[in-house]
Amino acid sequence: MHNESLSKKNVFHLKKITGSKAFSTFTAALLAILLGLVFGFIVMLIASPPNAVPGIFAVLTGGFRRIADVIYYATPIMMTGLAVGFAFKMGLFNIGASGQYTMGMFFALYAGFFFNLPRGLHWIVCVAMGMLGGLLWGLIPGVFKALLNVNEVITSIMFNYIGMFLVDMWIQTTPGMYVADKARTAYLPASAQMPSLGIPNSGVNISIFIAIAIAILLFIVLNKTTFGYELKATGYNRHASTYAGMNGKRNIILTMAIAGALAGLGGAFAFLAPSSIPGSSVTYEPINVIAPNGFNGIAVALLGNSSPIGIIFSSVFISHIQRGGTQARLFGYEYEIIDVVISVIIYFSAFVMLMQEVAKKALRQLLDSLKRPFGKKGAEKASDAQPAAEIMAEPELSEVEKEGQK
Amino acid sequence: MEDNYIIEMLNITKVFPGIVANDNVTLRLKKGEIHALLGENGAGKSTLMSILFGLYQADSGEIRKNGKVVKINNPNDANALGIGMVHQHFKLVEIFTVLENIMLGDEPTKLGFLQRKQARERIMKFSQQYGLEVNLDALIEDISVGMQQRVEILKMLYRDNEILIFDEPTAVLTPQEIDDLMEIMREFARSGKSIIFITHKLNEIMAVADRCTVLRKGKCVGTVNIKDTTKEELSRMMVGRDVSFSVNKADANPGEVVLSVRNLSVPSSIHKTNAVRNVSFDVRAGEIVCIAGIDGNGQTELVYALTGLERPSGGTITLCGRDITRASIRNRSKTGMSHIPEDRQKHGLILDYTLEENLVLQRYWQPEFQNKGFIRFDAMRSYATRLIDQYDIRSGQGPVTIVRSMSGGNQQKAIVARELDKDHKLLVAVQPTRGLDVGAIEYIHRQLVSDRDAGKAVLIVSFELDEVMDISDRILVMYEGEIVGELDPKTTTVQELGLYMSGTKRSTVKEMSYA
Repeated sequence: MHNESLSKKNVFHLKKITGSKAFSTFTAALLAILLGLVFGFIVMLIASPPNAVPGIFAVLTGGFRRIADVIYYATPIMMTGLAVGFAFKMGLFNIGASGQYTMGMFFALYAGFFFNLPRGLHWIVCVAMGMLGGLLWGLIPGVFKALLNVNEVITSIMFNYIGMFLVDMWIQTTPGMYVADKARTAYLPASAQMPSLGIPNSGVNISIFIAIAIAILLFIVLNKTTFGYELKATGYNRHASTYAGMNGKRNIILTMAIAGALAGLGGAFAFLAPSSIPGSSVTYEPINVIAPNGFNGIAVALLGNSSPIGIIFSSVFISHIQRGGTQARLFGYEYEIIDVVISVIIYFSAFVMLMQEVAKKALRQLLDSLKRPFGKKGAEKASDAQPAAEIMAEPELSEVEKEGQK
Repeated sequence: MEDNYIIEMLNITKVFPGIVANDNVTLRLKKGEIHALLGENGAGKSTLMSILFGLYQADSGEIRKNGKVVKINNPNDANALGIGMVHQHFKLVEIFTVLENIMLGDEPTKLGFLQRKQARERIMKFSQQYGLEVNLDALIEDISVGMQQRVEILKMLYRDNEILIFDEPTAVLTPQEIDDLMEIMREFARSGKSIIFITHKLNEIMAVADRCTVLRKGKCVGTVNIKDTTKEELSRMMVGRDVSFSVNKADANPGEVVLSVRNLSVPSSIHKTNAVRNVSFDVRAGEIVCIAGIDGNGQTELVYALTGLERPSGGTITLCGRDITRASIRNRSKTGMSHIPEDRQKHGLILDYTLEENLVLQRYWQPEFQNKGFIRFDAMRSYATRLIDQYDIRSGQGPVTIVRSMSGGNQQKAIVARELDKDHKLLVAVQPTRGLDVGAIEYIHRQLVSDRDAGKAVLIVSFELDEVMDISDRILVMYEGEIVGELDPKTTTVQELGLYMSGTKRSTVKEMSYA
């Protein structure tokens, strides 16, 4: 499928084509969201017809009234989203972000309560400890996968439970960490809390900048380094990466460890957040529930097409919808209905891959009608099918409120 | 005269954005003839057949059956018109039996229950009529590729198709199976069925076809009667220039031993036994050694063990004086091994990577292409540009073409370029010309010979007798996991080689000498 006469022109069109590709991915995500909103609206219409219009309006715009909160809640799911997306680039489905997140949280809290460090250093050590906790919890499924060829999906699901029960047990049995009559963790010392951005009534803090920096760093790793080259090669074609002499085992372990560390950071960011009320902090309630933020990460990664930059935006969007959802309660909708609506939106976001084809076709027709057909395309159809479409995750959303207390 | 044509595709044009796949192509199929469709990779054969089979719609032109214009919108329409197709990659359900696969989509039922017996009788009738013996109760995953093809053929018969399209049916068959298939095709033609036979193997066209339509770059070059033409003329029509069929090469000048294999055994992935048993041989610098044999006699496993894709269960492999029996793939590569793999899409390429990314697949870690772990994109681009130029790799957008969109021949050229340009002492090439047209085959053979002349040791595994006889300086024949003979292509004949390949003849003297 070549055409020599076009080759010169194609060099010229290069920028345009790559640009349009990213553009079509973006339009696809928007289409998916739009479809999700339509179905969400139908659900609201069925649940309570008179309130559907103001309700959906609240879902859509509620977040704008609480931008600081949107960002605060976006940070942990950005990290778990990166944890899922990064592993996914290598063809690994890291469904264990929840366990890694919880483990990261515990390590960070432990350091926060029991390490006696000066202000300014303490929270940094706590964040690093959170990263370490998540790393360990990602490393183990990675080792199992690499050395014993145990499917990482199974191991990491089990590690979600093991991690959650272990952490809940540890917290409840560690004096100084747990307040029995409140059934919650104690307030963290101020030195362990991350520097606030100073917005009243919000826990928003500098972790959002760290998270964005990490996403950009991952983008560079994936696209500019030999490690990223190997990682994506393995994700696309495991056999060829073996043939080319890449160390598949090492890369699997490394990727899962990094993914775990990312989710662990998410756990640390969520619970080291400062509180707007002096003397208090975000607390954790050990009620034997797997952290929903881990599963939200799957949705974030899917909507963001596993791209680190895409994940920055998708995490903010999902957080925005969730904040808006809490506003819809004012119109008499229960949390559960709002969860359904959000789930529908996210469910449709999983169709991004499908939408991409639609968007591309529409785009192509538009361009064709505007001017003469430009090079390539025809043969390129098959090249965009990515494994993501096969995995239709049904992200289970439950209220994020549980985790943070005002 | 008009009435003689069962199918006419008149002035078919199909445009994909940027590419005219079929440009005013006309193909007329007579009843009861075998009509070959010949063309290079990417000449538009598949597109034309996809239009006939209803997978694509032509932008202009018309299709007539028995003189009447018909519209074929999908494969069901094609089927209703009696058009059946054996695809290059079979469309079978692996975990179903042969019987179930043949009935699938056209199952006889009674009150919703399958009438297997009825289907079985019907299939048996065709099976006997055309000598297509199959075990109807075997699972597809358990039977050979040749048998799977028979299942596809029976599927067409079961549906009463009278126009049979064979898309490169011989690419996957052994010489014996090819002969059988030719006989079956002739039998079909005698019984009044019409056959379109897509191939780029000229010998097969000369042997079996009545007429041949040649496509080049989407255009119809012409239709000729096979009786009145020659192989040379057909290839000129197809490629647009003269092509030499025999490889021009000087006598080999073997130097020191580069690869030395002693008592190598490799476990089989399917059975409990060893797929390669106690094999010993040497390959010297400046010679081309061919491993001949029928597919499935341990060649794949032997190459896997040599290249490190699989661990041998016994024996030693020495490359350039270093024991590499247990070395990693990367270390083998560094020691001087290049490898053109059997399955270019599974092992050889990352189809979703660009051409330039694929061209550095064996070298991205070298200082030339990375600096502290960061890829040097400028070096990668200029390296790729040089290889593309030097090896004439054609693609839509040069270095940034996604490899998946390239034709098979050019994908193979990319692998050949990468492996030959890499610093190496030994080249292991498995089926290097599989599925390629004569122009590309000629090209790759030339490259292999010039690699030999540059003093490299070349080990080729091939299932094609002509290729083995043409290109090798020494032939080793593999049969059931063992090397059963060492032959000199200058003094041996195809017939003798065939006897060794089928296990009828074997010599033990040669292999003893390595002990």
